[in-house]
Amino acid sequence: MKDLGKYLEELKEKGLDPERYARYLDELAVTRDVPTSDRRGPFPNFSKSLYSWQDLAVLQDQERVPNPYQCHMKALDELLERDRQREKDGFPRKIKVGRLIKPGKGGKGKIVVVPSTEEEKFLHDPTIRPPGEGGSTGGSGKGDEGEVIGEQKVRETGEEPGQGPGQGEGESHEMGASAYELGKVLTEQFQLPNLKEKGKKRSFTRYIYDLTDRNRGSGQVLDKKATLRKIVETNISLGNVPDPGDMDPTRFLISPRDKVYRIFSQEKDYEPQAMVFFLRDYSGSMAGKVTELVATQHVMIYSWLLYQYAGQVESRFILHDTEAKEVPDFDTYYNSRVAGGTEVASAYKLVNEIVAKENLAADYNIYVFHGTDGDDWDTGGDKSIPELVKILSYVSRMGVTIAEHAGTQWTEVARYLENSGLLRDKPDLLRLDVMHEDAEESRVIEGIKKLIS
Amino acid sequence: MELINQHTKEIMEGCKERARAAGLSFTDESLEYIVTNRDLIELSPKVMIPTLYDYWVHDVEVLRGKGEYELYPHNPYETVINTRPPISFYNDNNPDWLNVMIFYHVLGHIDFFQNNLYFRHTWEYDFTGQALSDKRVIAKLRAEKGRWVDYILEFARSIDNLVAYHDELSPLFKSPDTATSSRLDYYFDVFLQVEKKLPVAEYLKEVARYNEAVLQDKEEGERVFFAEVTTKYPEMEAHFAKSRNVKRVERRDLLRFLIENSEFLARDENRWMRSVLEVVRKTSIFFQPQIRTKIMNEGWASYWHEKLFLVDDRIKGHEVDFARVHAGVTSMPRVGMNPYALGMRLMYQLKDMGDKGRTGYDFHRLSDANQRKEFDAKTEQGDDFLFKVRSNYCDYLFIKEFVDQDFTNRYDLFVTGKRLDPQRMVWQYYVKSRDAREYRDMVLASLYHPPHIEIAPERGEDGSLYLVHHFEGKQLVSEYIANTMVGIEYLWGAPVQLETSEAVIEQTRGTAGKEGGEEADITWQRVVYTMKEKTLSRQVL
Repeated sequence: MKDLGKYLEELKEKGLDPERYARYLDELAVTRDVPTSDRRGPFPNFSKSLYSWQDLAVLQDQERVPNPYQCHMKALDELLERDRQREKDGFPRKIKVGRLIKPGKGGKGKIVVVPSTEEEKFLHDPTIRPPGEGGSTGGSGKGDEGEVIGEQKVRETGEEPGQGPGQGEGESHEMGASAYELGKVLTEQFQLPNLKEKGKKRSFTRYIYDLTDRNRGSGQVLDKKATLRKIVETNISLGNVPDPGDMDPTRFLISPRDKVYRIFSQEKDYEPQAMVFFLRDYSGSMAGKVTELVATQHVMIYSWLLYQYAGQVESRFILHDTEAKEVPDFDTYYNSRVAGGTEVASAYKLVNEIVAKENLAADYNIYVFHGTDGDDWDTGGDKSIPELVKILSYVSRMGVTIAEHAGTQWTEVARYLENSGLLRDKPDLLRLDVMHEDAEESRVIEGIKKLIS
Repeated sequence: MELINQHTKEIMEGCKERARAAGLSFTDESLEYIVTNRDLIELSPKVMIPTLYDYWVHDVEVLRGKGEYELYPHNPYETVINTRPPISFYNDNNPDWLNVMIFYHVLGHIDFFQNNLYFRHTWEYDFTGQALSDKRVIAKLRAEKGRWVDYILEFARSIDNLVAYHDELSPLFKSPDTATSSRLDYYFDVFLQVEKKLPVAEYLKEVARYNEAVLQDKEEGERVFFAEVTTKYPEMEAHFAKSRNVKRVERRDLLRFLIENSEFLARDENRWMRSVLEVVRKTSIFFQPQIRTKIMNEGWASYWHEKLFLVDDRIKGHEVDFARVHAGVTSMPRVGMNPYALGMRLMYQLKDMGDKGRTGYDFHRLSDANQRKEFDAKTEQGDDFLFKVRSNYCDYLFIKEFVDQDFTNRYDLFVTGKRLDPQRMVWQYYVKSRDAREYRDMVLASLYHPPHIEIAPERGEDGSLYLVHHFEGKQLVSEYIANTMVGIEYLWGAPVQLETSEAVIEQTRGTAGKEGGEEADITWQRVVYTMKEKTLSRQVL
C-alpha cells in the first residue's frame, strides 16, 4: 500500500481545500482498528431503562430467550399473508422484515430473517432534546461535579453488538440458504421489481426433461422415421434390397434393434445468469453506522438477486480504501474492519480489470453496487468518472449508495456523479441513492427499490 | 410447566414461616413452577400470565422504542405474578441455597402485591381465572369474525395506556362518613368552578361559609347554607336538576369513552367489539400498579431477601455464594439506574429514619447539618414506618418524598450527564450534579408516565372526536401518531383529532462556526393532527 500520508501531502499541493484536508487527515488518524468491545461506550447501563431490570435475569440468570420464529418460513409466510390481507382491508402494513441479526455464539456470523413489529401508542418521546445533549441517568461513587468520567467516540455509537459488521468468521453456506429466504421475503413483501429476462446464458445446474434422446430396442415413443431409416440400412447391408429405386417394404426383414424410440432425458436449460459486484468503501471514515447501513443494504440486494436468479447469481466482493482488493466471500466483505483513506476510482478500476480479464461481459448480466459515505480524495472524480463510463458500457445496472454522516451534505461522490451528467443521460444504467446515516430499515429497502427498479 | 418438587416446596414453606415471623403478610397458598426456555418463549409476551388471550403480535419480535430507551416499559419477565394464589417461576437447576434467597425475594413481592394499596383493585379476584374466560371470549369471537378480532385487539391495545387507573382506584377508598350530598358536590365542584369560574379567594370564602353553617347546626346546616345560595344564584337549583339528567361523560379513559359513546360500536353488527375493548381495558388496569411500583417493589423484595437470608439457619456455609449473587443484584452501578439497588437503599434509609425518630417534625425543623447527623430519638419505629410506606406509597411518592441530600450523600449518588464535545467528536459522560433535588427529578423523569390525553367531546365538529394532549415537557413519539389514530378513527367511526405539542429545534450557528459556537434551543408549538378516512394531516395552531 502506498504511503497515504505522503499521498495526502501531494493532494494538498495540488490544491486540496484546507477543510477537506483536515477531514482526510482525521480519516487517516482512525486507520487503526476500532476495538469492538467499547462500541456501546464505557457505560452500557447508561441508557438502560429502569424497567428493563427484571427478576429472572438478575436473580436466576435467565436472560431473554431468543425468538424462535425467525427461521420458520411457514410461520413467516402466514404472517406476510396476513399483512397483505391487512392492506386489502384498508390498514397500513405492520410487519417489518429483514432485520438481520448475528447471534454471537462462538463468533460465528449468521443472518436470519426476523419478522418484527411495533405496537404503536401515544407515548412520550424521551429522545427529544437539544442536539449535543445525551440525556442523563443515575451514578454513584467518586467524582466532583463537572468531572468527566468516561468518553465515547461519536461515530461508533448506536451499534449493537451482534448486529452489523463485526469480527468473526461466518459459515457461508448457512448464509446462502437464509439469504435466499430473505430475498424471497423482500420480493414478496416489498414487491421489489421482478427481473426482465435478458439474454439466456448457459447454465450447468438446471435441467428440463424432454423426449429428445433416442434409444434402440425399447423406449416410450417409437420414432417412425428413424426406425424406417434403420430398417432400410439393415436390409441394404443384408443385400435384401436389390433395387434401391424400387423398394418393396413388405419384404423387409426387421430386427428388434432397428426400432428407434424417443425417450425422456435431461436437457440443459438456459437461465438468465448474473454476476454481481459489491463494492464497499471501508476507509477510516466509514466506521460506525454508515458501514452497517451499506452492509445491510448489500445483504438485502444480494439476497434479492439470489432469489430472483433462482440461485444463479455469482457475486464478487470488492473492498476499497485508496486501493481496492477482492475478497473471497460475503462474510469477509461484511465483516472487514475499516482502514485507510478513500479513493473510489480504485474499486471501479478493479471491476473493469476483472470483467476484461475474465471476459464476463459476454456471458453475464452484470450488476455493480457500490456503497460509500461519499468521501473521495479524488476531487471532482477525475479518475473515477472515466472508469465509471467504462463500467456503464457493459453493465445491466449500477447502483451507488451514499450513506451520509450526520451533518454532511452534498458529498464529493454525489457531487461529481451529478456533475458528470451520467445520472441524467443513462438513468437505466446508473442509479444513485443518498440516505442519512440514521436511516431506518424501511428507508434502506426504499433505497433498494430505487437502485433496482 | 411443572410444579417444583416436594423437597423444594418444603424449603418454600420454611421461608414462609420465617417471613411471617418477621412481619410480612400474605395468603397461605402459592404455586411454584419450573419453567423451561420453551415455556418462557410462550409466557414472556403474555406478561407471564399463562392464560392471557392469544394475539398474533405475540408471535413476532416486538420492537420497543427507538434507540436504546425503552419507550414502552413493562415487565415481561417477572418471577412472580399477582394472582390468587400467587404463581412464581423458577429455573430447574437452582441450588437450594439460591432458592432460599429467591423464595424470600418472591415472598417480598407477594407481600407487596397483597398489601400495597395501589393493588387494591386486584385483591378480590384471581386474574388468571379472569384472563382464561377472556381468552375464551376472544377465541370464540375469532371463530366467528376471523381477522377482524385481531384488528380490534390491535386498535384497543394501541390505546390501552390511556385508561383512568386512578379513577378506578378512588371509589375503593371512599370512606362512608365523609360522604357528601350530590348537591354539595355539584355546587362546589362544578357550579362554582366550571360555570361561575369563581376566583380562589371567593371560592374559599364559600367553603368557610359552609363549614360555619354546618358547625352551627349539624342537621340543618346544609339546608340553611343552600337557602342562602339560592338567593345569590337563583339558577343554581335548575342547573343542578339539569346536571342530574346529563349522563356523566368520561374524559380521561379513552377506551371506556369509546365503549360507552361510540355510535359505531353501538351498532348491532359491531357490538361484539365492545367485549374486546373491555378485555383489553381490564387487562391494562390490572397491570397499572405493577409498573408504578417497580423501584419500591424490587427494593422491598431485595431488602427482605437480604435480611431474612442472613438469619436463616438452613443455609449455613453459603454466605459467600449469597454475597456474590446478592451484590450482583443490588450493587449501585457506577452509571445507570438499578431499581433493586436504589429501592433497597431507600428502604434501609427509611428503617434507619424510623428507628431514630427522624420521621417527625422534630427532625425536619432542624437545619443544622451536624445536628441532623447526630439526631437520634431512639424511637425504634423503623419496622412500623417501613410497613406503612410499603402499604401507602407508589414509586412517584416514594422517590419524591424520601430522596434527599442525606440519602444521596450517604450513598455517593450523582446525576450522570452525557454531552457532546464537538471539537473532538466524542460523547462525554460526566458528573452533572450531586444535588439531591436534581437526582430526584432525574429519577422521577424516568418513571413510567403515560401521556395525559383528555377527551373533549364538546370540541369535536361534525361527529369527530377531539383529543387534547396536556403537554408535560415531552412530546409524543411522532412515528406512532398516525397508526394509533387510524385505530381510534376506526373504533369511533368518524374523524379523530389530536391536539399536542411538538418540538421545534432551532439551530443558531454561532459566528465562530466550528468552534463549538453552535447553540440549539427547543421551542414548543401546538399542533393538531387530523385523521380522516385513514389519512393524517397536521396543522400548526
